[in-house]
Amino acid sequence: MSFSWTRVGALLRKELRDYRRNRFVIGTMAAVPVLFITLPMIQLIDADVTGNTAHLSLRIGLSLLYMLVIPVTMPSVVCAYSVVGEREQGTLEPVLTTPIRREEFLIAKALAAFVPTLVIAYAVFGIFLAVAALFAHPVIVSAIYAGPHILVQFLFTPLLAGWAIWVGIAVSARSTDVRIAQQLSVLGSVPPLVILALMSLNVITESTALAIGLAAALLAFDLLAWRVVAAMFDRERLVIGRRG
Amino acid sequence: MARRAPSRPGHDEARPSRSAGAFRRPCEVPVTPQPATHAAGGAEPVSAASSRDGSKDGSALVVEHLTKRFGDRVAFDDVSFEVGYGEVFGFLGPNGAGKTTTVRTLGTLIAPSSGSAIVAGIPLSAKNGSAIRSRISMMPESPGLYLRLTVTENLQCFAGLYELGNVHGRIERALGAVNLEDRARDLCGSLSKGLRQRVALARALLDDPAVLFLDEPTSGLDPVATREVHELIASLRERGVTIFLTTHRLEEAERLCDRVAILNTTLRMIGRPDELREQLFRRSLDVRLRAPLDDPKAVFGAVPEIEGWEQTPSGYTLTVSDPDLAAPALARALVGAGADILSIAESRHSLEGVYLELIDEDVEAKAR
Repeated sequence: MSFSWTRVGALLRKELRDYRRNRFVIGTMAAVPVLFITLPMIQLIDADVTGNTAHLSLRIGLSLLYMLVIPVTMPSVVCAYSVVGEREQGTLEPVLTTPIRREEFLIAKALAAFVPTLVIAYAVFGIFLAVAALFAHPVIVSAIYAGPHILVQFLFTPLLAGWAIWVGIAVSARSTDVRIAQQLSVLGSVPPLVILALMSLNVITESTALAIGLAAALLAFDLLAWRVVAAMFDRERLVIGRRG
Repeated sequence: MARRAPSRPGHDEARPSRSAGAFRRPCEVPVTPQPATHAAGGAEPVSAASSRDGSKDGSALVVEHLTKRFGDRVAFDDVSFEVGYGEVFGFLGPNGAGKTTTVRTLGTLIAPSSGSAIVAGIPLSAKNGSAIRSRISMMPESPGLYLRLTVTENLQCFAGLYELGNVHGRIERALGAVNLEDRARDLCGSLSKGLRQRVALARALLDDPAVLFLDEPTSGLDPVATREVHELIASLRERGVTIFLTTHRLEEAERLCDRVAILNTTLRMIGRPDELREQLFRRSLDVRLRAPLDDPKAVFGAVPEIEGWEQTPSGYTLTVSDPDLAAPALARALVGAGADILSIAESRHSLEGVYLELIDEDVEAKAR
């Protein structure tokens, strides 16, 4: 049987309905980005533009780094739950007894985390840009709007989300406990963020080549991860907790 | 307890006369694959079995020497049987006997260690997993419903996973089959355990499966909910749905199943419930008299149908070749001997008796 988007769609709709009904999940998903946006906005609005330009650049870099933390942290907890959580809830086995293939199952789970992550991350960034434009000093505004900042945000948000999602699902597919899966997936989502942090803090010198290289690496990972995680997805292990 | 050795299903067996109270050990693996539409004794057809296309031929399940090991532990070993289309097949066994693992293996969730099977006409293999799953339905022990979704939303999700057309009509029909039309918009989280089990059954019926696997469908249900599920299974049986029912509730199997198999890691017996009783227990009459006979040997020896006898606290238990012939002849012999007869009745062994004998046998064998 070939890959079926109908089956992917069925599971995706179920996931999105489930989020909608579980206000706690949505609330937590939205609350964390609000925290991430508040502090950097206050710092930028309150920034002293007469001081050291290197310091100002660092502060802008840090603020934008906060924006990139959102697509990394937001989906990891949801994805960590995606397989092992269903298993604990007893809903995984009925799904696995349907014709759904593991690739379809994984794509549905990934999209269910990817879509809200992208919507919220871009929305938060949009709010950040709007608030900066309205309340920050014109020097800061021009620093944010000029240059590659916006492009970097738009480019890296889905790429980082993809990394975090596949790491989270991979961990979830091999875990036997939701709590462990959540902790491991948050840890697993950190590595690309470290590189970005080092760039933002000017420890690694920012360059277009480096940014493109990192983006290409993330893109390759995101595309390959689907197959790798599918290979790790073992119905027998998921149903009985071990391989025969 | 008068007990006879089980015959190999599908094979006639000479039954030598034995004294009452004696019994033979059941053969170790008294099962071989047999034509699915025939009873284990090979004599009578199993109920009105018919496939979805109306054919009485073919098998919904053909299992040959299937084994599953988890490392050193054997979940089930060398299991062989066939199930015909339209048949309700009971799979009995104690906890840990390998029933659920067998169902999961046939449902392509678990890979067998050895052996082969054909499920709904498709050979069991990793590459056929999706195709097999598209032709069967499984209802695990736990309903596994999405509790924040309504009944309809749960069914919509699974209709999509089976890529079914006319989703609305199918959901209506499935809910109708389990009498849940009026709860379609309720959140599954608000339903009782019994109702959730019914939703799970409706979910399993959505795709008109060639084989419906029900794994302990009444586990944890109260008597009322259990009766409801039994009625639903009975109605599915009337509709000709092929059902593979695992349970350790013997009255459930006796009431619902055309044939049953008793599994305790290996398959111990297979056949119609009455055949199992007959295979395992010799037919006998219980006789109650006002006073013991002076010479029971002479009285019982005069009746040719009596093969053996033993005295019990309340009278006598007689092993007979045919209770219908033996009872009147025995009554005449007793009256002739001047005995006051209180009752003559055929001993009825339940499926539970068969089951417990076999399981006890295994326990004793392990102890040895």
